[in-house]
Amino acid sequence: MIALLKKYEGLWLFVHSPAAIVAAMVAVLIFLGAVFAPWVALVNPYDLSSFSLFDGLLPPAWQDGSNPKYLLGTDDQGRDMISSILYGARLSLVIGLSALTIAAILGVGLGLAAGYYGGRFDAVVMRIADVQLALPAILTALLIDGIARGILPAAIQQDLRVAVLTLAIALSLWVNFARTARASTFVQMNKEYVQAAIMMGQRPTRVMFVHILPNILGPLLVILTVDLASAILLEATLSFLGIGLPADSPSLGTLIRIGMQFLLSGEWWILWIPTLFLVALVVSINILGDFLRDIFNPRLR
Amino acid sequence: MVYFILKRMVQSVFVMLAVAFLAFSLFRFVGDPITQMTGVETSVADQERLREELGLNDPFVSQFMRFTGDMLKGDFGFSYRTRQPVADMIADRIPATLELGVVALIISLVVGVPAGVYTALKPRGVLTQTILMTTLVGVSIPTFVIGIMLIFIFGVQLGWLPTFGRGGTVQIGSWESSLFTIDGWRALLLPAITLGVYQLTLTMRLVRAEMMEVMRSDYIRFAMARGVPMGRLHYKHALANTMVPVITIIGLQFGGVIAFSIVTESVFQWPGMGLLFLESIRFVDIPVMGVYLVVIAFFFVLVNLVVDLLYVAIDPRLRISDVS
Amino acid sequence: MLTIKDLAVKFPSRFGDFTAIEDVDMEIKPGEIHGLVGESGAGKSTVGAAVIGLLQSPGYVAKGSLRLGETDLRTLTPEQAHKVRGDRISMIFQDPQTSLNPLMTIEDQLIETIQAHSDVTEAAARQRAVDLLEEIGIKDAATRIKAYPHQFSGGMRQRVVIALAISTDPELIIADEPTTALDVAVQSQVLSLIQRLAKERQISFMLITHDIGVIAQVADRVTVMRKGRVMETGDTAQVLGAPEHPYTQALMDAVPPLDRKLERFRVPEANDASSSLGELAENWLLEGQQQAPTGLSLRNLSVQFSGPRTSLFRKPAPYVALDDVTLDIKPGSIMGLVGESGSGKSTLAKAITGLVTPSSGTMMLGDTALPFGKSRSRLHPSRQLVQMVFQDPYSSLNSRHRIGDILAEPLWFYGFVKDADEREKLAASMLSLVGMQPDAITKYPHQFSGGQRQRIAVARALLARPRFLICDEPTSALDVSIQAEILNLLKDLQNKFGLTILFISHNLAVVRQMADDTAVLRNGKIEEVGETHSVYTAPQAAYTKSLLSLTPVMPTSWAVET
Repeated sequence: MIALLKKYEGLWLFVHSPAAIVAAMVAVLIFLGAVFAPWVALVNPYDLSSFSLFDGLLPPAWQDGSNPKYLLGTDDQGRDMISSILYGARLSLVIGLSALTIAAILGVGLGLAAGYYGGRFDAVVMRIADVQLALPAILTALLIDGIARGILPAAIQQDLRVAVLTLAIALSLWVNFARTARASTFVQMNKEYVQAAIMMGQRPTRVMFVHILPNILGPLLVILTVDLASAILLEATLSFLGIGLPADSPSLGTLIRIGMQFLLSGEWWILWIPTLFLVALVVSINILGDFLRDIFNPRLR
Repeated sequence: MVYFILKRMVQSVFVMLAVAFLAFSLFRFVGDPITQMTGVETSVADQERLREELGLNDPFVSQFMRFTGDMLKGDFGFSYRTRQPVADMIADRIPATLELGVVALIISLVVGVPAGVYTALKPRGVLTQTILMTTLVGVSIPTFVIGIMLIFIFGVQLGWLPTFGRGGTVQIGSWESSLFTIDGWRALLLPAITLGVYQLTLTMRLVRAEMMEVMRSDYIRFAMARGVPMGRLHYKHALANTMVPVITIIGLQFGGVIAFSIVTESVFQWPGMGLLFLESIRFVDIPVMGVYLVVIAFFFVLVNLVVDLLYVAIDPRLRISDVS
Repeated sequence: MLTIKDLAVKFPSRFGDFTAIEDVDMEIKPGEIHGLVGESGAGKSTVGAAVIGLLQSPGYVAKGSLRLGETDLRTLTPEQAHKVRGDRISMIFQDPQTSLNPLMTIEDQLIETIQAHSDVTEAAARQRAVDLLEEIGIKDAATRIKAYPHQFSGGMRQRVVIALAISTDPELIIADEPTTALDVAVQSQVLSLIQRLAKERQISFMLITHDIGVIAQVADRVTVMRKGRVMETGDTAQVLGAPEHPYTQALMDAVPPLDRKLERFRVPEANDASSSLGELAENWLLEGQQQAPTGLSLRNLSVQFSGPRTSLFRKPAPYVALDDVTLDIKPGSIMGLVGESGSGKSTLAKAITGLVTPSSGTMMLGDTALPFGKSRSRLHPSRQLVQMVFQDPYSSLNSRHRIGDILAEPLWFYGFVKDADEREKLAASMLSLVGMQPDAITKYPHQFSGGQRQRIAVARALLARPRFLICDEPTSALDVSIQAEILNLLKDLQNKFGLTILFISHNLAVVRQMADDTAVLRNGKIEEVGETHSVYTAPQAAYTKSLLSLTPVMPTSWAVET
């Protein structure tokens, strides 16, 4: 057993890091809840017939006047909070993960190529990255959203909200991947195994993807985790600003925005429970990201 | 050294041109400017005349050059929504955003740098672990949630501080400032903390990582070996070397301050550029959106040029040429 | 006087304490240069760090006594220990490029150190600093002192480091590989400076190094360590000339002599039994060897790199890496190429392999011209015929690929063997040919030591069926005993398969053992080419002469009789 743990030092560290274990459990639990929302949720918040206004504004089960059927209470429409949150998390994760996939493919591809070819190609990619940096994530996302409003006919705008939001988030995150991939590729380019492969006459694509890519996965994995957190935060922020998803298909951010209306009244749960949920999810992902960073950069431990 | 700065300037001009191009494309291709400017009652012939007058039938390149030229002269066009000059609208809002951003940045530096140094020098202490865990939670809470929480606690529950607006402002020339009245400061406090918290955690983690890296370097170990006093070692040798990369990143983070100021301004109804930008998106007010972009990029580029100069001032390797 | 008794240092880890050094006894008298020698992992640097109290966290002294004069170093509080550092013990690090604070002038660093240990005014400290720099051999010290570290060359920088170390008049200086990063000429100056300081100022030196030649040249006494334990200690001439311990004897056998050529090193040979397993690979290589050996000739080859751009308007001055190099490597021979860092040795290798583009000249491999750089097509036959063994076995193998895949890649890529199982079999056989267990193919590079990795790298090169092999400093990252094994291996393979080899090294002694002919490169120019024996015994160029005379060697009278 010890021998096995020695071999997989990361696993050993994981087993001995309570924070990482709890974080992983929270993240997995929320993830599973989101994936299986249609089966585990009490009501479908998108389906007006599955809930009733008569159940509106019920407090969580431990407070007076609650209905034990709704463990964390209901909102003003009578929707079960747990159900809304699970569906909201589902939407947030779908958007976050798809945006991340696009950003990773685009960023890693460009970063690898920039690091491999260097010279003019690298300069062009990096100047584009500079421009992107001058217009930070939220700004880019807002801008793309604004453009979509301008060019898309109003009729299909609602249908394309998720796609626009995903694209906006993806475009604001690719730079992280590109810069990390480029910097790591530069380091690998000086390694002799890469020179050996180039000397042999192997195709650039093979050198990049078969030789270099597996060696730069560590830092990329860290970025992937950290940026998943950013993507979820970004989606929540955009939805909060009222630019993301509409109230009838609420993500976590939309739920919080709706909850804001109840900030001053007594129905605290409508605001704070989704908020707590969002923060728990992002904190967990960030703890895991930190943990991965420690593994891949042991000197900072 | 001169070459280094010149090179950076050329790069900055490139970034500005690219952003101007983006703004121009926005203006030109997102919706038809003529339909936006005119009402339904305008005849097609009038529309055509206007199009010709505005030069919208000219070749693309000359339109872009005129657009850039106008921008350089301070002519930013008119808002679709309010029909006011965009330049005036933005100029009205700049002081609010800049004051918010600068105070937030100062908070993040004043707290973040010492905290980073402390956690780097005492990596195993209980306080360090606490600070690290707190900041991890800090980066995980969305800015708007922090804002809501602060409003809830200090505004609603305790009733100590105002929850929206700029409070008392003083007009200095064309600059409307909230830095000269107690009322203004009270209004500024919550938004600035909200905006500063996120930057603070980033700054702290960055300083910590760099400092730990520097503390492992040969020159620090050599200074240890010759018995350089610990205080000098930490603050003169280690911190100075830490600041070289940190300054660069703080420059880049300025973009983050501006971006998150949109969120903060929205939460606190702070009448800055960010709020204006949000409104312009909601109403598809393309000229305002475009100009906002250019202004933000300009500040970003300016800050990073200042950072480059600081860099030259700190690092003799950039100032004085190599081996003689 | 430093006395170490029964010293043990441990590093606690998750899997129990790791003992870095144990039972270490040592004594250094005032003015004595005490060599501490051993291969990597011997714990030499740990001894030095324990003495000065700067063990890497979380290491700690577990046992034993450390006394400097009357002071017991183990009982000091951290504050007292910090006071002793600089005041009584100081240290010199390996790399002068990184041991000075780049943001402070030399003056600031010197004054700060002097004032930390004696109560003098700044003006007095400055005067002392200037005097020190003069003493250490820096001309015009009063103005040079205002300079920043990056304004000094490597050798000058190491002098500044030494000035800093002695600025507080310490009794003992721990010098951890102080000349390893330096070229021979500078090394020799720094070593004589150390000798002078020991003699004139009665400073004791603990000279930690892996280089037996350096020890032989300057150390009064020497301690040999291995795996955290002292093997042997005594007067340098006695320990190196007539070693008693079997380990020291083996070590001395592995050191390449500069003054003669050995047929083979007397080192334990890797498993001979495996030779039958290696037959498959041997036959496969011999079968591909229908052509006669292939030579290489370079004519007027020049390589220029664009220098750093410093102005928008002026074109950057080109940096000439190779200047009009003409060189003939006879088919089936080994050409040694020696030169100091920056002489262009590696650029030459890269030009031949197509990684850099020469600006003029021609390269002929046998009868075919080698196209330059990017103009060489990916399928050009030379890409198979010319193979390379790199310097750093830790970076030359892709750490994410299985050894089997690394070795099968050339077989697949050049289309030698179509069947994956056959490739695997041949790869395994090739491993035994280079003295490794064939089951290594299922493992990953990190499971092997540096020497084993270099064997794998050699196997990979052979699996391309090369006719021309470039070895770029193939042993400079390895310990001497491993170096001896790899050199023996390369000699054997060259004999068996009639390879032509370009053997690049900064180490004159190693080249002497390997090469039939030797070329001396300096600043991109060939200073001298000739048959190895005559280059070493009757060098023509002044540069070769000075290189040979400055390389630290053991006096011939000490040599172990073979």
